[in-house]
Amino acid sequence: MSNLTREETEALIQEVLEVYPEKAQKDRAKHLAVNDQSIEQSKKCITSNRKSLPGVMTIRGCAYAGSKGVVWGPIKDMIHISHGPVGCGQYSRAGRRNYYIGTTGVNAFVTMNFTSDFQEKDIVFGGDKKLAKIIEEIEGLFPLHKGISVQSECPIGLIGDDIEAVSKKGAATINKPVVPVRCEGFRGVSQSLGHHIANDAIRDWVFERDGKDTINKFEPSPYDVSIIGDYNIGGDAWSSRILLEEMGLRVVAQWSGDGTLSELENTPKVKLNLLHCYRSMNYISRHMEEKYGIPYMEYNFFGPTKIEESLRKIAAFFDESIQKKCEEVIAKYRPMVDAVIEKFKPRLTGKRVMLYVGGLRPRHVIGSYEDLGMEVVGTGYEFGHGDDYDRTIKEMGNATLLYDDVTGFEFEEFVKRVKPDLIGSGIKEKYIFQKMGIPFRQMHSWDYSGPYHGYDGFAIFARDMDMTLNNPCWGKLVPPWQKPAAEGEALQKAA
Amino acid sequence: MANIMIRRGDKGEYVFYLPKRDLEDTVTSMEFDTPEKWGGEIKLNNGGSYYIEPQVAPARLPFSVRAKRLDAAE
Ligand code: SF4
Repeated sequence: MSNLTREETEALIQEVLEVYPEKAQKDRAKHLAVNDQSIEQSKKCITSNRKSLPGVMTIRGCAYAGSKGVVWGPIKDMIHISHGPVGCGQYSRAGRRNYYIGTTGVNAFVTMNFTSDFQEKDIVFGGDKKLAKIIEEIEGLFPLHKGISVQSECPIGLIGDDIEAVSKKGAATINKPVVPVRCEGFRGVSQSLGHHIANDAIRDWVFERDGKDTINKFEPSPYDVSIIGDYNIGGDAWSSRILLEEMGLRVVAQWSGDGTLSELENTPKVKLNLLHCYRSMNYISRHMEEKYGIPYMEYNFFGPTKIEESLRKIAAFFDESIQKKCEEVIAKYRPMVDAVIEKFKPRLTGKRVMLYVGGLRPRHVIGSYEDLGMEVVGTGYEFGHGDDYDRTIKEMGNATLLYDDVTGFEFEEFVKRVKPDLIGSGIKEKYIFQKMGIPFRQMHSWDYSGPYHGYDGFAIFARDMDMTLNNPCWGKLVPPWQKPAAEGEALQKAA
Repeated sequence: MANIMIRRGDKGEYVFYLPKRDLEDTVTSMEFDTPEKWGGEIKLNNGGSYYIEPQVAPARLPFSVRAKRLDAAE
């Protein structure tokens, strides 16, 4: 199907909005837009970071999910207590595929679930005593952990427990950092505020902790960088890291995929912070820029075009020896990339994709699709802010669809009309669209594949997209007796 | 009064950031922009404007400072 024109897209939005009551219509209209590259400011066309409308299906998470699930969770040598009832932690346990190296339960704890498992009596009498006991128990059972973070779930804020006091006391008894994080799920409109709260907790409780420098002996080098906002989904940070290292840089810290507490603590000594997921970690990058004078640079390691652009931009920050090695790295991977494109581009070219993901992917992955000759015809953020959309408008073609915090109904209607060849979104959308007969990839967890970052990641990305799109199963969705007559006859003859 | 942060953007322009609301925007004009006197009324690209008590220019950016909201564009 050919692409919709601007008028058609506008009409489509109107049509979809029609089923809503008047007030809801007005609200949702602000979140849906037709992209116009000439607009400088996303604010003029799309509203974001607002409370979801009651009664519609939203795909957002809560602040606890943003802090425990995204920012703190992947820090592997710390134990993150899901403080409150058991469900919040257990139902999100190990779902994000943050790969890490270590022995789980001994010196790494990412996929385990630690919870204070609140019962009625804890709600009535408060859970502070329980928390103090847990801290002691953890120290006894897992002596190799490097620290604890207390991730508050909703009830903690409601009953007014003083987790800060307990944490301070606990830290003194076990002589390791204990970080209270006030990320109760009801704060803010989405997981986005959880990222912010988690960043602030790192600022206040990790960077400001007394005595950390006496334990960490750090020898700085002129080529120290850190990777910020890469959660190592399926190994993403690793396939990014090798490129930087081949270029001659020293990666001191990974925030926070496969990261450790000492990596966090050493970051204020690097020369440059490399920021991949702007949405979830710009806060701490801004802080380090102001407090320690470390500039940050946004980069994009999806697809060869963007990788080259980013590598050169990063190299330009350093001296000529790095710039020279950067060119060598690019030249080294060129044949491999060319082979990937040669193999998969003919099979994928011209295919149209709709995306609906979280922090950075709605705009960052566009490049990798375009490198394969595909086109992104609609994109949207679950919890993006205005600055995310500012950065997106330029990446998207004119007259394509933008949808913020899209509702289940809207997304389905858009798909029915736009008829993309592939949808990239999350697990909650996956089966609906597969049942509608549309190839689907999960773009949060890479559908249990990955990594997708870096050159190695691009090869896997291309293979996965081909595997999904050109899978023979999509031709088998209509049973033979419902096929148009002509085809049915052909089948009979064949039989 | 709100805490804001002023930093330099890629093109050397001032960028305004309001942590409380995660609002980032370019500064289109600043009333005083000399080493001795810096601040005053600042206008944002989104149409909003804030007031920073005029002061000696900060030695280094980014710089956090308290500012008064004169007119917030929505
Ligand atoms: S909203 Fe509250 S109860 Fe629900 S998952 Fe988040 S922290 Fe838990």
